[in-house]
Amino acid sequence: MHELTAIQLRDKIKAGEITSTQATKKVLQAIEKHDKIIGAYISVFEKQSLERAAEIDKKIAAGESVGQLAGVPVAVKDNMCTTFGATTCASKILENFHAPYNAAVVQKLLAADAVIVGKTNLDEFAMGSSTENSSLKQTVNPWDTTRVPGGSSGGSSAAVAGRLCMAALGSDTGGSIRQPAGFCGIVGLKPTYGRVSRFGLVAFGSSLDQIGPLALNVEDCALMLNVIAGHDPNDSTSVDEKNAPLCDYLENIDKPVENLKIGIVPQFAAGADKQIQNAINNAVELYKKLGAQIIEIDLPHFEYAIAAYYMVATAEASSNLARYDGVHYGHRTENPNDYIEVYSKSREEGFGKEVKRRIMLGTYALSSGYYDAYYLKALKVRNLIRTDFTNAFEKVDSIITPVTPTTAFKIGEKVDDPLQMYLADMYTISANLAGIPGISLPCGFDDNNLPIGMQILAPAFEEQKLLRIAKMFESKTDYHKKKPAIIES
Amino acid sequence: MSDLKYKIIIGLEIHVQLCTKTKMFCGCALEFAAEPNSRVCPVCLGMPGVLPVMNKKAFEYSVLAALALNCEIASFTKWDRKSYYYPDLPKNYQISQYDLPFSEKGFIEIPLESGESKRIRITRAHLEEDAGKNLHTAGNFSQVDLNRAGTPLLEIVTEPDMNSADEVKALAVELQRIVRYLGVSEADMQKGHMRFEPNINLIITKDGTEYKTPIAEVKNLNSFRALERSIEYEAQRQLDEFLDTGKVMQMGNKSTRGWDDANQMTVLQREKEEAHDYRYFPDPDLLPVEMNDAWLDEIKSRLCELPLQKQIRYVTDYKLSDYDAHVLTAERSTAEFFEQAVSATIEQAFIFGGDPKKICNIITQAGLKLAHEQNCTLSELGFTPENVARLARMVEDGYVNASAANTILEEMTKTDKDPQTIAKDMNLIQKSDAGELEAIVDQVLADNPKAVEDVKSGGKKAKKAQGFLLGQVIQKSKGQANPKIVSQILTKKLS
Ligand SMILES: [Zn+2]
Repeated sequence: MHELTAIQLRDKIKAGEITSTQATKKVLQAIEKHDKIIGAYISVFEKQSLERAAEIDKKIAAGESVGQLAGVPVAVKDNMCTTFGATTCASKILENFHAPYNAAVVQKLLAADAVIVGKTNLDEFAMGSSTENSSLKQTVNPWDTTRVPGGSSGGSSAAVAGRLCMAALGSDTGGSIRQPAGFCGIVGLKPTYGRVSRFGLVAFGSSLDQIGPLALNVEDCALMLNVIAGHDPNDSTSVDEKNAPLCDYLENIDKPVENLKIGIVPQFAAGADKQIQNAINNAVELYKKLGAQIIEIDLPHFEYAIAAYYMVATAEASSNLARYDGVHYGHRTENPNDYIEVYSKSREEGFGKEVKRRIMLGTYALSSGYYDAYYLKALKVRNLIRTDFTNAFEKVDSIITPVTPTTAFKIGEKVDDPLQMYLADMYTISANLAGIPGISLPCGFDDNNLPIGMQILAPAFEEQKLLRIAKMFESKTDYHKKKPAIIES
Repeated sequence: MSDLKYKIIIGLEIHVQLCTKTKMFCGCALEFAAEPNSRVCPVCLGMPGVLPVMNKKAFEYSVLAALALNCEIASFTKWDRKSYYYPDLPKNYQISQYDLPFSEKGFIEIPLESGESKRIRITRAHLEEDAGKNLHTAGNFSQVDLNRAGTPLLEIVTEPDMNSADEVKALAVELQRIVRYLGVSEADMQKGHMRFEPNINLIITKDGTEYKTPIAEVKNLNSFRALERSIEYEAQRQLDEFLDTGKVMQMGNKSTRGWDDANQMTVLQREKEEAHDYRYFPDPDLLPVEMNDAWLDEIKSRLCELPLQKQIRYVTDYKLSDYDAHVLTAERSTAEFFEQAVSATIEQAFIFGGDPKKICNIITQAGLKLAHEQNCTLSELGFTPENVARLARMVEDGYVNASAANTILEEMTKTDKDPQTIAKDMNLIQKSDAGELEAIVDQVLADNPKAVEDVKSGGKKAKKAQGFLLGQVIQKSKGQANPKIVSQILTKKLS
């Protein structure tokens, strides 16, 4: 089964060549065997997923129609609400929180007959780039267990890379899908802001958060996007399909984009490791061979992206996380002296260091007297970055950049240096500020046999073209087919 | 003795609860006194991952109210988060509107005792969600009821244009009438649908110099009486304090006070206006609202004649007293019923239409009493405006007297019969037959020689005595004698 993609497995299940129960059992066995080391999952739903698999098998046996993910074992990042299991956000403050409703995307996975085998680890409240900020457990990179899987969707990435599920959902606020996908050698897609409903995604930076798939290849990503995309009346920021029509993202995915114009940003190269630069250059060369025109473009406000991002994201987070106060649900301190202590002690005990840092940063940015200088200014920068992309996309169909300046770093290497950690997202953050889609796919390996990721960005709601462009590269290369050694052990 | 004059300056912040079916940002029902925490969902509980969705109806209700208050409606408005920690606020921020409210710069005309009206400027009106309620009922802990959390609230802020408790009350009453007329709020004070926060201070002129006392804001008043009393109390308190200490208004010395209803006094809550930092910022979960002409026109088409305009028109057009006009216009349904009765075309040959004054009397003296007893509106009592017009005409023509009319009206709530039939059936038709009445008059005159003598002798007692004799005749006829005709007969016989 390790050789199958999600689509292939789905087709075999539908054809009766393999049952969902068999597939699910295999995945559960792999989790049992490897997750002690990888640590991708916060919770695994053994009994429930087998029951569900059996139901789907029954449907298939009875000749009933089944969904697009019929019987395929998938995982969900643990910041998406589910009525089954806890929804922890890898935080002590929500460690025992059981949501009374399913996130819109979870509902869609279930409606597509997916089998959700478990919920994956993340940096607490999705704040981080290594999953080391999880307050509940450590996840390691399946390619090298002394290294981080990236973050914040590190659990989902490691689960997919370690074949502990066939595909997974992550969330991306500043690169949290693309960066761990890059570190783990898989494909991760951040859709356009508004393409996928955020209802039920525990908010970090509401104007930046977007749910997307992590999978073994481009087509599986397209399949997952087919399942989760669409307008949701419960999310006012999800886009009206009249303005941005949905499409079948698998349709024509094998068809190369004609007259393709690819943008490259010379100023980006300098920031990345030499081996990454080489891998990206080779990828660009390949596109050239495939007939693409390569055009140098300028994103003049790129250097302000990280600063603007950390103002906007933390400001929104400081407000979004105000509700975790020990009053209504979640962790409450024992024996408080008054209600102020219910707040202060519950939060002090419940939140980890990075979350506190960001709450404080965001609170400061929104304070009267500082608002104009920080938050408002960041919004202005954000508009400039948006305009940069609009201008760039007048000249090109897509932009190719590295996903990260380095490959996966060692566990503990950057935990005491938040600024270094923040730089891990330098290439991915702008897409969130601009709201545009981006995909990360494997384009090489470094001397340590660690995956190197390539990022392709496209204009808003151009996911179909973006996936086709990515597929052009993938179909000519084998990087995505390599597997970490741990799987075979 | 020094020369001292003072003037009270009052501005108001008013919260009006809108009567939409559901809450501001979720689908929960708005119901008063439902069992605690039974009208809640993940959204209004502020659960992780939830998102608000604007209730369009609530927005339209607010725009309608603002239009009635002559406000300018913004073509672009947005939602902001107002952050503060309190147990009744599940998200620890309130969705409100900060720097771009949906409406600004209006005014409201309020009726004064003198019969004139005064224009009070409206600074702004914005929409926000209400918090829940903390209940301090048991032991050393508190409970939170979130049924009210997320209720749509219209906040109206006036300029400090009022100068007495009477004016403030007039504004409150007028606003209550307006929102009820528009059907945007039940404005039931007992249910907390309207809450007032007056800002009060004095301008004192002493020995030719003007002084301003520090502003006091009185929080959360939810009755007209408390509103009036708190202003009267504050005025006196501030005057005393000024004479005592000479304290005047300065940056940051605005205080917040509460109303102690038991002792009928305001109580200091916060001495200095704390530098409260609500860290407002635009709510990223909600889209800004853009108002286009078509939408605005559609909302405008729901406007109606406002109560004060109606009241003035009733006095001018129908020659009603100010008091009667006020009573008739208190509720839109009453006014509409009245107007339907006045303009009713009535088919019978001897009845040509309703006399406004008589219709008014029937409605105000009997109709509203019945409606109150049955806890419903006039039109829900079961009789038609046409039949009330017929009844009024019957009174006008002397066919029945006023008290019989009330009896007939009550009967009209129980049957579909027209008032003439009821009058006949109940034997309430006035006796106007001169011959029949003369016999009764003769009998009464014979029985009361003293009164007859008083009338004949003229002077002071004559009028009273004639009234007495008239009463006796009516009584003897069991209320059915037409007083006009009896009077004529009496005058003839005693002259
Ligand atoms: Zn609700």
